Amino acid sequence: MSQSKDVLVFCEQRDGILQKVSLELLGEGRKLADTLGQNLVALLPGSGVENLCSTLIAHGADEVIHVDHPYLGDYMNEPYTKAMTAVLREGNYEIVLIGATAIGRDLAPRVAARVKTGLTADCTSLEIDGETRQLLMTRPAFGGNILATIICPEHRPQMASIRPGVMLAPVQDNTRKGIIRSFDANLKESDKNVIILETVRAAKKTKDITEAKILISGGRGTGKEGFAVLENVAQLLGGQVSASRAAVDEGFAPKDRQVGQTGKTVRPQLYMACGISGAIQHLAGMEESELIIAVNKNASAPIFDVADVGIVGDMHKILPKLITRLEAIANE
Amino acid sequence: MKIIVCIKQVPNTNEVRLNQETGTLMREGVPSIINPDDLAGIEAALLIKDNVGAHVSVMTMGPPQADIALREALAMGCDEAYLISDRAFAGADTWATSSTLAGAAKLLGFDLIITGRQAIDGDTAQVGPQMAEHLRIPVISYAEEINATRDNITVKRQYEDRYQRIQANYPLLITALSELNEPRYMSVGGVVNAYEKEIRTLTYEDLKAYVSQENIGLKGSPTRVKKSFTKQPKGKGELHQVSDDESVSIIIQKLKEHHIL
Repeated sequence: MSQSKDVLVFCEQRDGILQKVSLELLGEGRKLADTLGQNLVALLPGSGVENLCSTLIAHGADEVIHVDHPYLGDYMNEPYTKAMTAVLREGNYEIVLIGATAIGRDLAPRVAARVKTGLTADCTSLEIDGETRQLLMTRPAFGGNILATIICPEHRPQMASIRPGVMLAPVQDNTRKGIIRSFDANLKESDKNVIILETVRAAKKTKDITEAKILISGGRGTGKEGFAVLENVAQLLGGQVSASRAAVDEGFAPKDRQVGQTGKTVRPQLYMACGISGAIQHLAGMEESELIIAVNKNASAPIFDVADVGIVGDMHKILPKLITRLEAIANE
Repeated sequence: MKIIVCIKQVPNTNEVRLNQETGTLMREGVPSIINPDDLAGIEAALLIKDNVGAHVSVMTMGPPQADIALREALAMGCDEAYLISDRAFAGADTWATSSTLAGAAKLLGFDLIITGRQAIDGDTAQVGPQMAEHLRIPVISYAEEINATRDNITVKRQYEDRYQRIQANYPLLITALSELNEPRYMSVGGVVNAYEKEIRTLTYEDLKAYVSQENIGLKGSPTRVKKSFTKQPKGKGELHQVSDDESVSIIIQKLKEHHIL
């Protein structure tokens, strides 16, 4: 444990496209590495994705470990686990960060179990303890009602998963220099222990809400027709529509639009909550947004506790007027 | 076919409220439920039992009062129930929890293990995949659809932007999403049966041939909770209670200030 060093970020790509969370983690990993006076290493498994290595360096990596293998094309649990474990055993890293996506949350626990170390899921803040130099991993628990700071004192690496949208991606710097290294994980046919019969990419009509700069969000009180109005506002502002769990449960919006503890964490430039009372689980998923505007009939709704601008009023009356004004501005 | 379903009894976190004055959790009167993803896991196992025939055991690790959750599972139609409960297991993080559950699975024997994707009180989604690792079997997480035959199983595995159909042979571990199915209700006959059936308690003594003392409880847990605290709410912003037209003007003004317009 005394020789452990460096911060490693697992960089996720799908179909050769780097996932945004990977860049966000490089930003956070850079900070931690600088605090520790250590290097930031990006781990990039995939098949024919070498072209992404320079992007990782431009976003803060000192070194990229590139594991290229046909078995690492489409994500599969065992080949990825084997590849990542081999890299971790070679390097004896201090810290490992991984995106809490449907891939990261499948891979990270298995890797942590195999190398016997601790893993803290869905961290919202990471910090180095000034005294012990341990990683302080803070995460919501109990449905977002409390926060817990977790440590991993005697095992290395200290592993943490972080949800997309929680950390900020650094600005790309193409002048940065770094090392690119190929790694052979010695994968075998027998590592493919399941058969992928088919992969169906969901036709993406709208951008993922975690990537949206502007979100217009509705709740139970918004109603089916209300969501059509939100769509209109979102279009005028160049944003997307999102929803509370209650609205998703009512069938007003699809599950992939859900913001909150059991949905997605978002931090857009503008989050406009219309007819959302603000259950704590919902607040947990949006309170880091830069500007929060809330419209709600109930002046004591908890959404107003986190809103920068609270409007006590009926969204069904206010939004149509807002649309008229926005249309007028657009035509100016 | 032998199926083990792992469940967790959790407080219904949707009903937990914060005491605004003290900032502490108000847990009193918050009902305990079977974790929603786990309930889907039970239903998935029972559907396999209905369709191809299976013996379904349900197990949970927790305090003695977690037997209520097991009774409910029996009432839904599970055949056997096991409560993994011992002071030696206390303080376990996901690593030690999964190695303990894996030990119990080895004791019972299985072709298929189904867990929920994650529990609503912890939300880690780690115990299922880690159990699979301790058992050295494949895992398919985020199951949205399961089609089992006696020979193999096909799972629709959900990702954010896609899904896959994955086929695997037994033994295998699957983690279930609550979207997987609509769990059945307990039947009257089932409730009566549930109280006639015995819930067997498994202690460390029962599992020691399958899991080392190093790998259970606090000692087997790489992580520690350093502190827990309630969240500081973000400072309250401005609140306006004005006419609809004035409200619209305020919104427009703010959008301009933040260069959104």
